Amino acid sequence: MAEVKEVKKEREPLFGKKNRLLITDPLNDSNPITVQVLGICSALAITVKLYPALVMSISVLFVLGAGNVVISLMRNLIPNRIRIIVQLVVVASLVILVDQVLKAFVYDVSKELSVFVGLIITNCIIMGRFEAFALGNTPWKSFLDGVGNAFGYAWILLAVAFFRELLGSGQLFGYQIIPESWYLSEGGFYSNNGMMLLPPMALITVGIIIWVQRAKNTKLIEEN
Amino acid sequence: MKLFKNILESVKPHFVEGGKLEKYYPVYDGFATFLFTPGHTAHSGAHVRDAIDLKRTMVTVIFAMVPALLFGMWNAGNLHYSALGLAESMTFMDKFLWGALKIVPMVIVSYGVGLGVEFIFCIINKHQIQEGFLVSGMLIPLIMPIDIPLWMVAVSVVFAVVIGKEVFGGTGMNILNPALTARAFAFFAYPTYMSGDKVWINTSGAEGQTIVDGFSGATVLGSYATGGEVQYSTMDMFLGFIPGSIGETSTLAVLIGAAILLYTGIGSWKIMLSGLIGALAMGLLFNTFAEYAISPEQQQFMAVPAWQQLIMGGFAFGLVFMATDPVSAAQTERGKWIYGFLVGFFAIMIRVFNPAYPEGIMLAILFMNVMAPLIDHYVIQANINKRKKRLATVKAS
Repeated sequence: MAEVKEVKKEREPLFGKKNRLLITDPLNDSNPITVQVLGICSALAITVKLYPALVMSISVLFVLGAGNVVISLMRNLIPNRIRIIVQLVVVASLVILVDQVLKAFVYDVSKELSVFVGLIITNCIIMGRFEAFALGNTPWKSFLDGVGNAFGYAWILLAVAFFRELLGSGQLFGYQIIPESWYLSEGGFYSNNGMMLLPPMALITVGIIIWVQRAKNTKLIEEN
Repeated sequence: MKLFKNILESVKPHFVEGGKLEKYYPVYDGFATFLFTPGHTAHSGAHVRDAIDLKRTMVTVIFAMVPALLFGMWNAGNLHYSALGLAESMTFMDKFLWGALKIVPMVIVSYGVGLGVEFIFCIINKHQIQEGFLVSGMLIPLIMPIDIPLWMVAVSVVFAVVIGKEVFGGTGMNILNPALTARAFAFFAYPTYMSGDKVWINTSGAEGQTIVDGFSGATVLGSYATGGEVQYSTMDMFLGFIPGSIGETSTLAVLIGAAILLYTGIGSWKIMLSGLIGALAMGLLFNTFAEYAISPEQQQFMAVPAWQQLIMGGFAFGLVFMATDPVSAAQTERGKWIYGFLVGFFAIMIRVFNPAYPEGIMLAILFMNVMAPLIDHYVIQANINKRKKRLATVKAS
């Protein structure tokens, strides 16, 4: 009888160093938006105001976290040749779930986000994580990875939306921050920056975030 | 001059290596070389010998803009007093001083903010201060409406210098013309202060002064775009007695500037000429097809004689001072022809087809700035292919 060498499996603690890295890494070093440049379309489209951006972030958090776990559970069952279709089915069902919940409880935001909830399905971050991580890792790790990437996505989204709403409409979460009396129509000197409301400015804001991030984090600078 | 030299010499020890203000050497160097021809020259290797450097080039362009600036000052005052019905009773100096009082602060803000941002970046990046902003700083006030608040000028300048230039590596590396970047930013960010028919003429009178009846502050292009009646003659348009951005109105003043640029060889005559041809070509096309316009306003605009398109709005100013920007324009000689032609072509097209953007030259130049590297690439590629073919025939024979 051939000797079977028992591979000793190390049991990692739930929040061991490696697992914690799964969450913290996407926040900075491998941020899905600023480093991998995925999911840009939604970052441009729904960052005009903070509230929709927050709802969008939570939706992506749910879809990515749950989706990663589901794919990870099925990773040994999915035939390799049809894996993309299976991934699509999983993400589509989750997105429909989110869409229905939004319609039921926050109808206004749902209308504002319109197609972009449905377009979570095509958000490259989600398919990217399914392909790159969930297909080859255990459910718990996949869950952490999904949550980490969703947070990485969320903080960029919220940062962009913060500046766009503050400078573009003078508000934060719909509350007037810049005093009404400052505005020119009220006899003041201030005027909102209309360009902040246009998509190009979201691109430029993301660009500035990337610029600042790379200036601080020298690991990201490519050698050439 | 001796005084400046003494001051510079006396503060120099603080800025050179080991001095306590070593970090700010770029600032010192910027001032010193601005005032005096630098004493150090390249000692080895091949280098171009020329009596002119970047600073002299820039100063020449600024001289070329002076006619437009001075005329803009007088014109702003003239239009202001005309709107109040006081044009007859005011002297030439009154009008000029009124305009100067509005425009000089804009120039100061533009230069102060722009050079400030540039100095900060030079100190952080530890590279020498380049004088790219000397021209932009003068251009920006000239392409703004008279009534724009100063802080908007400042914000636009910051945007133009940071996003338009420093992001790409500073002077000489920018893809877009910085002055036009500032204007485009202001145009999209604060549309109510940059377009329409209220912003081009200052109508705020002192007590007891009221606006005359039947007054309209619309620019010529604005009138055409909205189908309004144009109340200015061709001669007015050529000489510049029309509302518009500060420096752009007078085609005559711009032509004087163009003459200076062409005589000194700083502006590219190829771009100017081909831009002219492009605009005329588009104008003639519009004249030919005017009857197929989709609306009466558009038909009226399309039927404007092609040559008249050249003296309306900022076309002349943009073509002479901004399309010829040596950094953002096409670099190859044949590329310049294509680039200039398309600038003129698109300027008239945008102007007529899109009433929301009556000032087509701004968008046309920015668009062609982006396209210029593509044009250069194909021009160079074509040359390579031609030579390859020639080589093949030589080998075969």
